[in-house]
Amino acid sequence: MNCRSEVLEVSLEGRQVDEALLSLLHTILLHRSTGKFHYKKEGTYSIGTVGTQDTDCDFIDFTFVRVSSDELDRVIRKAVTEFKDALGNSGSDGMGQISLEFYQKKKSRWPFSDECIPWEVWTIKVNVVNLANEQERQICREKVGEKLGEKVINIVEVINRHEYLPKMPTQSEVDNVFDTSLKDVQPYLYKITYQITDSLGTSVSTTMRRLIKDTLAL
Amino acid sequence: MTASLFNYLSDTESEKLLVAHVTMDSDLSPQDRKDLDKFIKFFALKTVQVIVQARLGEKICTRSSSSPTGSDWFTLAIKDIPEVTHEAKKALAGQLPSIGRSMCVEISLKTSEGDSMELETWCLEMNEKCEKDIKVSYTVYTRLSLLLKSLLAITRVTPAYKLSRKQGHDYVILYRIYFGDVQLSGLGDGFQTVRVGIVGTPIGTLTLSCAYRTNLALMSSRQFERTAPIMGIIIDHFVERPLGNTALMHPCNYRAPGEEEGGAYAGVEDSQEVCTTSFSTSPPSQLCTSRMSYQTPPMGAVDVCHPTACTTAAHPHQMVVPGKEGGVPQVLLQPSHGTQADHGRLPSCPAADMPHQAPPSSCSSGDADVLSRSTEVKSASPSEAIETTFTRKVGAFVNKPTTQVTTASLDLPFAAFAPRAYDLEENDPMVHPPASPTPSSPLQGSLHSQSSSQSGGQTQEDFVMVDFKPAFSKDDLLPMDLGTFYREFQNPPQLASLSIDVSAQSMAEDLDSLPEKLAIYEKDIDEFDAFVDTLQ
Repeated sequence: MNCRSEVLEVSLEGRQVDEALLSLLHTILLHRSTGKFHYKKEGTYSIGTVGTQDTDCDFIDFTFVRVSSDELDRVIRKAVTEFKDALGNSGSDGMGQISLEFYQKKKSRWPFSDECIPWEVWTIKVNVVNLANEQERQICREKVGEKLGEKVINIVEVINRHEYLPKMPTQSEVDNVFDTSLKDVQPYLYKITYQITDSLGTSVSTTMRRLIKDTLAL
Repeated sequence: MTASLFNYLSDTESEKLLVAHVTMDSDLSPQDRKDLDKFIKFFALKTVQVIVQARLGEKICTRSSSSPTGSDWFTLAIKDIPEVTHEAKKALAGQLPSIGRSMCVEISLKTSEGDSMELETWCLEMNEKCEKDIKVSYTVYTRLSLLLKSLLAITRVTPAYKLSRKQGHDYVILYRIYFGDVQLSGLGDGFQTVRVGIVGTPIGTLTLSCAYRTNLALMSSRQFERTAPIMGIIIDHFVERPLGNTALMHPCNYRAPGEEEGGAYAGVEDSQEVCTTSFSTSPPSQLCTSRMSYQTPPMGAVDVCHPTACTTAAHPHQMVVPGKEGGVPQVLLQPSHGTQADHGRLPSCPAADMPHQAPPSSCSSGDADVLSRSTEVKSASPSEAIETTFTRKVGAFVNKPTTQVTTASLDLPFAAFAPRAYDLEENDPMVHPPASPTPSSPLQGSLHSQSSSQSGGQTQEDFVMVDFKPAFSKDDLLPMDLGTFYREFQNPPQLASLSIDVSAQSMAEDLDSLPEKLAIYEKDIDEFDAFVDTLQ
């Protein structure tokens, strides 16, 4: 099965990285989350309700909608902060990318671990710029806000193509398709990874590390 | 079938059902058709809710709930504002968006000066492209849910969102729902379109899109001849409930009182009753007072324009006039009530075009301002009445000489004498300092009554001056108190050395005496040299 891959690029100031990434990741997750499933007998299930929440950005002229789930918000914030710290510490010229990957688990027999088959990958390429004065920062605030608006429209466009989505699982298979660890919403199984682009434009080490980690995961 | 009773089949189960369907008629089953119509209807209502709520000017927050409740259509927690639902249902009038009949929500901006501008139009359209094999009960439902989520995201992205977050004193955001042909001409040149999404169904493909204005320059030409500044347009400051059944435009600043939504709405209906009875029969001169009294309904919810009472003002949503500036805000229909009461003095049907025109001439100009002002100010207060009388008073003086205006409105003590003081201003030494021996002036006359040169032309009794009483100056020791001293010596003569004549004179003298002085110095040159030697 082919994995759908979308790339979004943003150029922004250092202090805008958190909010910009949160806004885009949350917008994607809003569309890729459902209410909690409650299975009943005879293979039927009902779906809980997903609430939404407007969030204003402090450093960008932008407001985005996210799912009303503090747990999910915490997980995403943690990942974004890790990425931002890595970006800051890398000493590279502020370029990196963060990926949100939706996957399905396929059970394999022992001793092989379960396979993770991605079906949709969103990659956000980040380019951090340094601005000289307050006026430029103000312009950047507005410009980045507009750019993020365009990205949201792109995301919505892709999602509304109604391409492949995993089939709704039975009760026994639900954990292979959805992340059921949260108590109020149920996003599709996802993972967030990132890469910092070093000055050569390649990042062999992180890719290798991921490969090894995935293979050995038990 | 509400959402809570809606049980999803897992795909294996639904596949079995599909097989069963194939053997039957391939057209939509009656149950499916019924479900589909219901989905589309509720989708349309929820779409309107999302759009209007996104333009309320505040952040929206709803809670997730792991256990499904009966009213959460499309598994999304979207509150239902009763007024909005009512308006949407009214616009749909029992029909559904279908081919050629789209449901549109128009968002516009109206400034406190009465200018208005269409900002965006959201359209829910249906086209002929059918997706016959799609499963209504599951796929269409989830895709509609996804489309609503997309709508939530996109409504925060268009330019009108930022404008609506800043609404308040300078402008408000209004919405209008209509059904039929899409009208985009009011959006100006170069408007952009963004497609929120599409959902294919067995009876057609639903498309949700938004056309938004990019040219945000306000229209300069005023639609109305008289536009009094509208005060108190911040409706949410004055009412807790929404404006009721306004014929066309509605403000996007409703505050839901929580569980009392049904009750609140009923309350608004009652106030409308109050409104209609006080409007239809009152004559023009009483129009103002009747409005004033109207402003004190106990509930505070004011709908000053009930369509059924307003027979002359045609329901504007039927007056589909493309290119009309921003549609007709609800407030403008109010003066047309005056029309009725005013024995047809005002134009009747296109009242919507010239809402503030020609107040009844029996009222003075101040009343006209009050008229339009009263349409906006929702809070009842006796100060309103006081304000009215005040404006009347000023207006009454407009045609009289300015001297009286300044004095009558200034409320000076001794104002009766003020005209003479006005005349005396020319002679007032404080305004025009005298050159040398002053001409007669009553002021100086009174001070220098002892001196011979100044004898007052006018006696002291001819004018009244507020006594100049310097603070802490009372001193019984001196014959003259500080105030008198100050006045007396306020204009001292110039110093002799600084006077021009003297200096000019000395200059001439100096020049003349120069050769003599030089001769003397030359004679004493030896003395000067000796003096200089002693210094070195």
